[in-house]
Parts: sequence; structure tokens; C-alpha cells
Amino acid sequence: MSTTKEVLVDPIFNNNPIALQVLGICSALAVTINMSTTLVMCAAVIFVTTMSNIAVSLVRNRVPTNIRIIVQMTIIASLVIVVDQVLQAVAYDISKSLSVFVGLIITNCIVMGRAEAFAMQNGPYLSALDGFGNALGYSVILVGVALLREPLGSGTLMGFEILPKVTEGGWYVPNGMMLLSPSAFFIIGLFIWAIRSWKKEQIEEPEYEIAANVQYKEAM
Amino acid sequence: MEQLLALFVRAVFVENMALAFFLGMCTFIAISKKISTAFGLGVAVIVVLAITVPVNNLIYNYLLADGALAWAGLPDVDLSFLGFLSYIGVIAAMVQILEMFLDRFVPVLYNALGVFLPLITVNCAILGASLWMVERDYTFVESTVFGLGCGVGWALAITALAGVREKLKYSDVPEGLRGLGITFISVGLMSLCFMSFGGIDI
Repeated sequence: MSTTKEVLVDPIFNNNPIALQVLGICSALAVTINMSTTLVMCAAVIFVTTMSNIAVSLVRNRVPTNIRIIVQMTIIASLVIVVDQVLQAVAYDISKSLSVFVGLIITNCIVMGRAEAFAMQNGPYLSALDGFGNALGYSVILVGVALLREPLGSGTLMGFEILPKVTEGGWYVPNGMMLLSPSAFFIIGLFIWAIRSWKKEQIEEPEYEIAANVQYKEAM
Repeated sequence: MEQLLALFVRAVFVENMALAFFLGMCTFIAISKKISTAFGLGVAVIVVLAITVPVNNLIYNYLLADGALAWAGLPDVDLSFLGFLSYIGVIAAMVQILEMFLDRFVPVLYNALGVFLPLITVNCAILGASLWMVERDYTFVESTVFGLGCGVGWALAITALAGVREKLKYSDVPEGLRGLGITFISVGLMSLCFMSFGGIDI
């Protein structure tokens, strides 16, 4: 079945939630300083998006439309509470360093956006795939950003030394900006540029075209 | 008093919700094409934040925190795991009440804000401020100031970005960067500028 594959793979590059749909950027930037928190965050988002899509899809025909937002919110919030409790029990350090960002999965627009846009119209199987695919598209960007930020900012990856730092007798001078928030914006901006030079159809139409300079020719 | 002022200034400039913590980014990027709409949304965010953060503070301290139910004769109950659900509930309810209140009493503002009001429910800045408030153990007064400060900071940032973008659309940007890409990079530059406030010490 071709649609199954499309639903799963499309969001990764063709319709990426971060680079094209502008969803879920908030948490994307703040947790990418190091790789391990990023991976935990990705796993949490994949779990919540997939499960909430299944749950919303299962109840979609029984929920009156005017209270659907509050129902979705409740489902998502309950799932996030589960994730948060599990994290606190299993990986307390990482849960501490993610601090409020686990809670912010609730308002992560990807979860809400996919529940509203896809799960309300489709069966549980396709919705699960859609949730998984979108969360995967989100993870690809996150891991990509973290892959640049952690080695360039602190010379390590997952805590292992990649680039030996000057302060520890190596040769690499860490780029402090990579640890600060602006770098994440620059990296995502450049990612979008890269994706769009590869997939030309995603380029946005300019709102204004600069008119050709006729005066110049006349002056010659 | 001085301490509260410091908290306010820090929430507006140094720890700016949008530019230092990336909260409320989705709306921040999506609704910053025109200064007037950006400003309207900013005002709505200020109002909602200034109400919800203190309300959530009361809920946390008198219902959810460890031992908070002592006044009801239940000193051993710890309901803090219900936090997320309650905060988002409060936010959704507050936005709804605010919407009805504005519709009835201040229709001018209601029409100006229009579709942005319901959108605020899913703005991470609102929930984020409540979660920071809990994590940092603010008192009721502090949380009011903090909520207000966060709101003002966010409104300031989105209005400034809208100003930049209004000029930006007349510029000749490389094809792949057009729209979203260049917006991200300008937000990065703005965020870099806001970091210079980090040296302020009151």
C-alpha cells in the first residue's frame, strides 16, 4: 500500500514539521545543547505524538466537535504526565536537565497539530504512522542541530570527547556561541536553506519583486 | 520592592521568553508578518500571562504541592504529578473566560484580537511561564510580577520581529532562504542582541 509509506516518510523531508509546517519549534531549540537530552526528548515526542494520534483517532467519532480541543488537551496532558513520571523514575538527571521542556510537549504544536489535522479524519493505524512520521521528522532536525552544537560548542558527543579542547591539551578552541541560544536559530535557518535548495518546490514566492533597473541602461 | 523590579526587568530583557528560551516560537514566527497584528497578539499574551501565572501559583501552593492539602486535613497527599493537567486546564479556561468577558464588555479589543485569543491556549510561553514559576518556587506576588514581565518581554520581541520582517520583505533574499529561513536567521540575530542585556545587574 503506497499511502502507508507516504504517510510515514513524507513528513521527514517533503513536509517536515519544523522546516515547512513551522510546528514545534519551541522545544526544538532549547534542548539541543547536548546529544543525550536531545535523544530523550525525541523519544518522548515520538511516544506522545504516536499515542495521542491513536487515542484521538479512536475517539474521533464519539467526541462532539465543540469540545474536541479540550478532549485532545486532556489526552495529550495525560500522556505527558506518564512520560514525565517515567523519566523522573528512570533517568532523573536527564529529567532535571530537560526541566520544564518535558511539560512543554503538551503545547508542542506538532502533537496538537497532527491530532487536529490528521487523527480527527483518519483511522487509528494511519494516524499512528502519521504521528510517528512527523515526530521522526522533528527528531531528524533536532538530532542534526545537536550533532553540530555539541561537538562545536563543547568538543564532545554524548559526553565522549570528539575534538580535544585547548584547555585540556588538545587543539580545538570551543565555539562558545554554539552553547548559546542564537546558534540554534542560525543552524535551523541554514538547514531550511539546505533542504530548500534540494527540494525546490518548497521555496516560498517572494511578496515583492524588485523591478529591473532601467535607469542604469539609459545612463550608459 | 527593589527585588520585584529586578525580577521584572530580568523577565523582560535578560530571560526573554521568546529570544532566550524559545518559548511561544510557533506563534512568534507564524504571526509576525505585520506590526499591528503582532502588537495585538502581544497585548493578549500579556493579559493572559498576568492572570494565569498567579492563578496557577495559588493552585500549586494550596492544592497540588506536597502537603498543600493540609488545610483540608490531608497532610500526606502529594498531587504534584497532576500539575500539567491542571495548568493547561486553567490556561484553557482563562482564555475562554477572557474571550467571553471581552466579547461582552470590550468589543473593540475583542474584534482587534479576533482569532488570536483561542490560539494563545497552545502558546508554549504561557504554559512555560507557569512551569518556571513552579520550578523556581515563586511566591504569589513574585509570580504576578514574573507573569507580567514575561508577557511584556514576549510582546516586545514579537513586535520588534514584525518590524524587522516588514522591512525584510522588500529585500532580495537568496531563493532557498526566502520566508522561513531568513526569519530564523533574523530571530537568531535578535536573540544575540538581547543577550547583551545579560550584563545588567540590578
